[in-house]
Amino acid sequence: MNRTLIIAEHDGTSLNPSTSKCARCATAIGQDFDIVVMGSSTNEIATQAAAIDGAGTVISVDAEHLANPLAANHASEVVAMADGYSHILGPSTTYGRDLMPRIAALLGVNQVSDISAVEDGYHFKRPIYAGNAIVDVHAPEGSKVVATVRVASWKALGDGGNAAVESKSASSAASSHTRYVNLESGGGERPDLQTATSVISGGRAMASKENFDLIYELADLIGAGAGASRAAVDAGYCPNDMQVGQTGKIISPDLYIAFGISGAIQHITGIKDAGTIVAVNKDADAPIFEVADIGLAADLFTVIPEMKQLLG
Amino acid sequence: MKILVGIKRVVDYNVRIRVKSDGSGVDTDGVKMSINPFDEIALEEALRIREAGLAEEVIVVSLGGNECQQQLRTGLAMGADRAIQVDTSENLQPLTIARTFLKVIEKEQPGLVLLGKQAIDGDNSQTAQMLAALWDRPQATFASGLNLSGDTATVVREVDAGLETIEVDLPAVVSVDLRLNEPRFVKLPDIMKAKRKPLDVISLGDLGVTSENDLEISHYTPPPARDKGHMVEDTAQLVAELKSRGLV
Repeated sequence: MNRTLIIAEHDGTSLNPSTSKCARCATAIGQDFDIVVMGSSTNEIATQAAAIDGAGTVISVDAEHLANPLAANHASEVVAMADGYSHILGPSTTYGRDLMPRIAALLGVNQVSDISAVEDGYHFKRPIYAGNAIVDVHAPEGSKVVATVRVASWKALGDGGNAAVESKSASSAASSHTRYVNLESGGGERPDLQTATSVISGGRAMASKENFDLIYELADLIGAGAGASRAAVDAGYCPNDMQVGQTGKIISPDLYIAFGISGAIQHITGIKDAGTIVAVNKDADAPIFEVADIGLAADLFTVIPEMKQLLG
Repeated sequence: MKILVGIKRVVDYNVRIRVKSDGSGVDTDGVKMSINPFDEIALEEALRIREAGLAEEVIVVSLGGNECQQQLRTGLAMGADRAIQVDTSENLQPLTIARTFLKVIEKEQPGLVLLGKQAIDGDNSQTAQMLAALWDRPQATFASGLNLSGDTATVVREVDAGLETIEVDLPAVVSVDLRLNEPRFVKLPDIMKAKRKPLDVISLGDLGVTSENDLEISHYTPPPARDKGHMVEDTAQLVAELKSRGLV
């Protein structure tokens, strides 16, 4: 039963690329993998999952109580199908971080968090201390491995596959103690931070919610996602789902441009995997310049309009 | 209602971590230790709930050697009513920590358990979820809003897509995120008062908990360094370089 089960993440409409990144991790382990899609009206999502290169079977579990991503319900369903798998992988997104430890505990195993590299099926690497140390983690040989995959470390697989989709009804019952109320989405139509090729971020120096429009305008001009430092979110300049860093999103775009972000280690953790890091900050001694590939010590309120003009 | 709050002693978040040259761990000699910042927020929330008259007692719990009494005393100085140290010299992993909390829960019967969403040393983000699973109770992770009403809690969760609201029946396990509140500062008279508050020590063995199925951590390395970058003079140079790299 050396086989991996991947927990698909989706928003009810489309499959999150985190699923394909988990699949890449499964292939690094060297195993065949199946994908489970839990939700309500899951056909379309299952079809998208079936296109991931190398997918074995896509198991589509359609049930009203699985419609919303409640860990209590999703964990019971996964545990019910865990027998045939040596490895169960989910993404290191908030969905996976919420769900996977519940699965691990129900199966009586510790969880490997944030796999960033695979040595073999029981030997992984992962960052700790906000990415300031990388450790080798060994799961007991032959034990069931439950893990989250650090999505910023893995590229999605191709989507030319044509796996079989097997529909089944839920094996678990709804838990009555947890009820979904709603989701208030902060972001608009901009690319998702965790998959965007470019990300433009603003920090405390943006100084107001209104000034953040500069970030959005530049982001829209080049088709980038819009991010922020914790300081900017705490100050109420922008919604929480824009936060990049140890406790926000860990991202790996090809291009990351930080405007008015000083560069606390917690923020750097979130951007270290970016291809090119650009920092624009009035303070030439800001720590962000230590990790930037290209730095510009200048006032962002001058630079952004100039960039808009040059790129427009 | 009692509220149980977990507190972990960790390297202070302002300290720049160094990996030991032999790869055996990170250097913690003489380094400032603090309450895990998320746990401090959990405790603050518990205190506010008690101050609002919705709970009678706040108990802080830490697992570790005598050194973690320092953080428990800080928790008492913040306003917790009493403290429990589960004494162990082992470096426990989340599953064992969750099993241990469950034993304390069986004894104390809290209506709410508040934990940090992750510890800033191991960055695991597992204990709350595992505890909820083993206890067979609801979990509400990454909370940035918490409202209690009768036997239920409404929790606003910070998720990748925005703010998700869920409702859970009590007792429940809630793991807290940064924006839930701003913890209070401890005043000197409170530190004096905290010395007289009860701090019970129970050994891990007496709770009947042993570590099982541990993961083995074999080697620590510093993260790969990024190549040193360079500065440009003005916006025009910056844009020209981005264009030449094919990034815009």
